[in-house]
Amino acid sequence: MNKENLTPYNSPENDPWTTLREFTAARIALGRTGVSEPLHQSLQFKLAHAHARDAVFSQLNSTELANRISSVIALPVLSVKSQVSNRPEYLQRPDLGRKLHEASVQQLKDLPAASPDIAIMLADGLSATAINQHAVPVLQKLVPALQKSRISLAPITIVEYGRVAISDEIGFLLRAKLALILIGERPGLSSPDSMGAYFTFNPQPGLTDESRNCLSNIRPTGLAYQVAADKLFYLLQQALQLKLSGVLLKDNFSLLE
Amino acid sequence: MSYQHTIRQHTYSFPDLKFLMAKASPYRSGDVLAGLAALTYEERVAAQFCLADVPLKAFLNEALIPYEADEITRLIIDCHNAEAFERISYFTTGELRDWLLSEAADTLSLSQVAPGLTPEMVAAVSKLMRNQDLILVAQKCEVITKFRNTIGLKGRLATRLQPNHPTDDLKGIAASMLDGLLYGSGDAVIGINPASDRPATVIQLLEMLDYVRQQFAIPTQSCVLCHVTTALEIIEQQAPVDLIFQSIGGTEKTNQSFGVNLALLQEAYEAALALKRGTLGNNVMYFETGQGSALSANAHAGVDQQTCEVRAYAVARHFQPLLVNSVVGFIGPEYLYNGKQIIRAALEDHFCAKVLGLPMGVDVCYTNHADADQDDMDNLLTLLGVAGCNFVMGVPGADDIMLHYQSTSFHDALYVRKVLGLRPAPEFEQWLQQQGIMDSTGQLLQAGANHPLLKKAF
Repeated sequence: MNKENLTPYNSPENDPWTTLREFTAARIALGRTGVSEPLHQSLQFKLAHAHARDAVFSQLNSTELANRISSVIALPVLSVKSQVSNRPEYLQRPDLGRKLHEASVQQLKDLPAASPDIAIMLADGLSATAINQHAVPVLQKLVPALQKSRISLAPITIVEYGRVAISDEIGFLLRAKLALILIGERPGLSSPDSMGAYFTFNPQPGLTDESRNCLSNIRPTGLAYQVAADKLFYLLQQALQLKLSGVLLKDNFSLLE
Repeated sequence: MSYQHTIRQHTYSFPDLKFLMAKASPYRSGDVLAGLAALTYEERVAAQFCLADVPLKAFLNEALIPYEADEITRLIIDCHNAEAFERISYFTTGELRDWLLSEAADTLSLSQVAPGLTPEMVAAVSKLMRNQDLILVAQKCEVITKFRNTIGLKGRLATRLQPNHPTDDLKGIAASMLDGLLYGSGDAVIGINPASDRPATVIQLLEMLDYVRQQFAIPTQSCVLCHVTTALEIIEQQAPVDLIFQSIGGTEKTNQSFGVNLALLQEAYEAALALKRGTLGNNVMYFETGQGSALSANAHAGVDQQTCEVRAYAVARHFQPLLVNSVVGFIGPEYLYNGKQIIRAALEDHFCAKVLGLPMGVDVCYTNHADADQDDMDNLLTLLGVAGCNFVMGVPGADDIMLHYQSTSFHDALYVRKVLGLRPAPEFEQWLQQQGIMDSTGQLLQAGANHPLLKKAF
């Protein structure tokens, strides 16, 4: 037993390997008091978890989103709902989050007939915060590029309590060749605001994951807005040209750089 | 065969054993999602009364998933040990529950009976038990396995050191690994979930792990948790593979969704045995399971979530694994909604596996969209410690930066060892003492900047 162990108190943050932190974002060299985590570390963890939980229970700012979209993009905006009626149900019944509410189905059926190339949707998913923050900046870069290439667009649809696959039903009802949904991803402790983008060619109810393509981690500290928009623009064009999506559509975007 | 139970004037009917098992299950969101759960509290208890009267022999005669349609049913029936079953063959499910809790069922008799039990019998009996029953019986079981150390001895709790990194960066992983070792973690296995299943990446990671293990003569084993086909491929390239890892489920179709079947697992098992890398024993497999995977793969065949999970243990048992663990809270709230459901499921998984004779550990964990937090994990970890769980995870600060979920930290493992007087695997404990990381009373020592692990590693 050396002298060090006899001292009544060691600073909790006294791991001599703090320099190893430069190699990883993992929570290493936290120090200890007895065998327990020092308070500061414990509260930091709690805070990150609080952010993630708040993100799960965050609400889409549908009205504000619609206003912002109309002010920067010349497209009409629709608001629809899934068959889910509250957040706990959303979390337990992914099947209901994949289906449109009856009234929303009617709302889309009542629209004047059109066959756009792409239908774009925004859904809260597991982090409405992600959509509230990142959807408009990405649309602002993506939509003008699509319009410039004479790709026709359906009205933008804002979906409350939506899961990814609801985009297939919406795209189908809007008679779009391709459905693109921007949706809040499952929040991690360091990323409560990550946005994902999924698209399917020839959308229809009942499609499964292998017919979909995905871009994830869209946020300023992840996949930046401009890069995400460029990549999506490239992939959407490819999908329309090749008339397919999913496992058969390879992402060769970086080869062009 | 139809099953019935009457409460007051209401007779509840259950058309078959599969239906009865589902209705008797404690409430969980996955069974509701599958449309299998009891509709009322009373219906659930009626099903439990009814299940209690089912003779154990009925489980040998009425397969929940047909023998012809599912290779796991065939494995369960074909490998059933009639001799071991003899002693309990006249029991009903309810009588089995009472026997398991009795003094007559001690560590030795439990291990003798284990090969005679089928997953369905054990799942059924767990549905009749409270949490304390699950803990009490599991605590009597002892399942010991060996590779380079001895895991599962009573009074011991091992940890899997899990130094994941989102880009498989070698230095990042090594940094987390050193952190874990200096906190006394890593006796179950030093195991990385790779971000990429590329054979070249997996080999690189394995070589790094093997180098560190050999350089410091650590009596443990390493594993990169790649797909079994990748493991087979890299064994051919002479990669230093200690353990073969695979996620498994309880139906043939679930395993198909994981890209495996029994023949492939057998091939991998034999390949790993042939390497003869174990020094103390030949348990070379590492399996992960978890309730909900069958439903998630749309492969549950109308069988409830927990029974599907226990059927996966029949697959595991066939290959004499070193380690099995249920990744209990990883699957998300549509299967296990909150802390209460996660804790119940973990205790069921641990109990069922132990009674079947498996070296069970648990990844005490949750995702951020589940209604759970570290307090729930503290509760579960403590309960599992009391129940004699073989191992838990050791993740830096409980936050896995690759898999984006929360598990148990190095500190958490030290906590549960301390409050329950549990010790690491004996060979690893000795190494920790030699390295000046832990003293002979199990207390963690203050490692200085000159510690060999820190000086040599970078």
